[in-house]
Amino acid sequence: MTDPSSASALWWAVVVSGVYHGINPGMGWPLSVSAALMRGKASQLPIALGVLGLGHLLAMMAILLPFSLITVLVENQRAVQLGASVIVILMGLYLLWNRRHPKYLARVHPARLALWSFLAAMAHGAGLMLVPMYLGISASSGMNHGHGDHMMADNIANAMGVAIVHTLAMLAAAAIIATIIYFWLGLKFLSKAWFNLDVVWALSLVIVGAVGIFNLM
Amino acid sequence: MFRLYATAVLTLEVEFLEEYMNVRPDPTFHPTAQIAMQAPMENYGFTVMLSPDGALSDGIAVVDLNPESATYAQIVHQVIVPNKGDEFHHFGWNACSSSLSPMSGHAFLERRYLIVPGIRSSRIYIIDVKDPLNAKIHKTIEPEEIFSKTGYSRPHTIHCGPEGIYVSTLGGGGEDGTDGPPGIFIMDCETFEIIGQYEMDRGKQDKHYDFWWNLPQDYMVSSEWGLPPQYENGIVAEDLLSNKYGHSIHFWDLRKRKNIQTIDLGENHQMALEIRPAHDPKKSYGFCGVVVDTTNLQGAIFTWWRDEDGTWQAKKTITIDPQPADPDDLPELLKGFSAVPPLVTDIDLSLDDRFLYVACWGTGEMHQYDVTDPMNPVFVSKVELGGIVKDTKHPNGKDFAFGPQMVEISRDGKRVYWTNSLYSTWDDQFYPDDEGGQMVMARVGDDGGLELDKDFYIDFPKGYRSHQIRLEGGDCSTDSFCYPNV
Repeated sequence: MTDPSSASALWWAVVVSGVYHGINPGMGWPLSVSAALMRGKASQLPIALGVLGLGHLLAMMAILLPFSLITVLVENQRAVQLGASVIVILMGLYLLWNRRHPKYLARVHPARLALWSFLAAMAHGAGLMLVPMYLGISASSGMNHGHGDHMMADNIANAMGVAIVHTLAMLAAAAIIATIIYFWLGLKFLSKAWFNLDVVWALSLVIVGAVGIFNLM
Repeated sequence: MFRLYATAVLTLEVEFLEEYMNVRPDPTFHPTAQIAMQAPMENYGFTVMLSPDGALSDGIAVVDLNPESATYAQIVHQVIVPNKGDEFHHFGWNACSSSLSPMSGHAFLERRYLIVPGIRSSRIYIIDVKDPLNAKIHKTIEPEEIFSKTGYSRPHTIHCGPEGIYVSTLGGGGEDGTDGPPGIFIMDCETFEIIGQYEMDRGKQDKHYDFWWNLPQDYMVSSEWGLPPQYENGIVAEDLLSNKYGHSIHFWDLRKRKNIQTIDLGENHQMALEIRPAHDPKKSYGFCGVVVDTTNLQGAIFTWWRDEDGTWQAKKTITIDPQPADPDDLPELLKGFSAVPPLVTDIDLSLDDRFLYVACWGTGEMHQYDVTDPMNPVFVSKVELGGIVKDTKHPNGKDFAFGPQMVEISRDGKRVYWTNSLYSTWDDQFYPDDEGGQMVMARVGDDGGLELDKDFYIDFPKGYRSHQIRLEGGDCSTDSFCYPNV
């Protein structure tokens, strides 16, 4: 069972996952560079990043909030954590097996950054990556406060907290890369900074899920 | 021991990754046109080999373009397909700089396959040119599959874009391709499976030829030649004189797949063919070449652009006059006019959006215009070669059959390559006495100026004519850039 001392480790994991998503070109930093360049203003860069961040945040909440509800409704928290970890692993395995990219992302209008960011995060299971961490954090705060009337509110607050901390870390990482390319390195480095993270990403999901199961033992 | 084991596993993993997936984007993908111009020079060209009467199988010639090579300016390999009568015309890549689209988040395709359609057979060959000297057929898509999955026939222009490879077609369904309008279909860019029709709302569009787009601005422009009965057995003079060939260009909301505006260039502007948008996606303009104005036999270039309020406009910005000629020097088709029309059959725009090259296939000239101000193109220079009346010889003293036709510019804008055949049956009508295929190259001066290279003259094998050229690593009518020049 998760003890309170590991809660801070889990929060750090939330931050690290945010940085990781921010670095991944698939989560949108190249789009913020192109949006700012197309509009011809550096001031568009933070705006584009902010809008991408909003989409990402919504995608995180869309996954975490249902889980916060489930943890209230289901008595056996271990079963929830186990089930969630299995889902995360399955998503990772699915992405390993199906390496095709979702075509519908290409149908989004290039100016609809929030929608694109939301769909990209959903398609890649970005929110799922947070679920085992969130459930761990929830379990440890649940141990602190016991099963009371405040549990629902606590759960939602935790979910929002995880989503916000993660998204801020994601934005910080994306902003650093986008800013360096926009102001200093130039577009030549766009293709150089672009690594294929497909397999690494899918494996990350599998590992996060596996760690989630391991922690239950 | 463990370290040894771990190293071995890691090495295996890296090898596996390199074998089965690309970890970095293809180095021939460039974010901007500007950066593409600085890329290394082309080593190979790929040129259509066309058997005009279907006696031989068509093919793709691999041409050595490396001046340091012992086989420079020679055909060094041929991919000859197993069928006859395909009629190769235009072709394109499976992937280009559009793969760096920030929307795809997936830049790891490889520029490796040429998609080569037969416009007479409706068959499509996918040719693997990873190793140009051993280029070979990777996959063949039979006509029946195209008919049943798209309702279209006679595939033509290829561009790689959102959701896959876009293929324009010149015919609809049925035997003669007039059962329903022609249009565009989409192919998967990895498996080459045909996905289906592109259009959701085609509006007034009922003929098709070329198309291109601006990916970040999300628009597409398409053009019109004519329906299959109007070209397959030769140009139909009555249709031309009664202005029945295409004379409109269509503007599309690319991702909504909807025709948002059709501009009629005027019915006398017969055959609006090549669409060349500015390569810098920040610009909202481009060009379209018109083969012939039936009121005065001029060739014309229209500049199209988007207004402040979002409506599309088009204006004739270049006209090229016909040249008076003795009817005895003219083919049957033109005798009555006592003049040879320029016949603007292909145009191409350099990657810096500065020079527009205009092939005058009838008069036998290649024009170069400075289009820095797209509304006021300035004539810079021209080269005379071939032609119905002048029949100018190449500087090496050899004949040039027909006239300058499909033109392709090197990425750096310093070399302009072109071939000579327009379309099998039309060649025979306009040039009844000519035969053969040639590919030549002209060098461009720093401030324009065009001069044929005496040592670059490729005579195609007997029985073959030549058509479109593609350059290794991309060229000026292939790549779509997703980021603006800075």
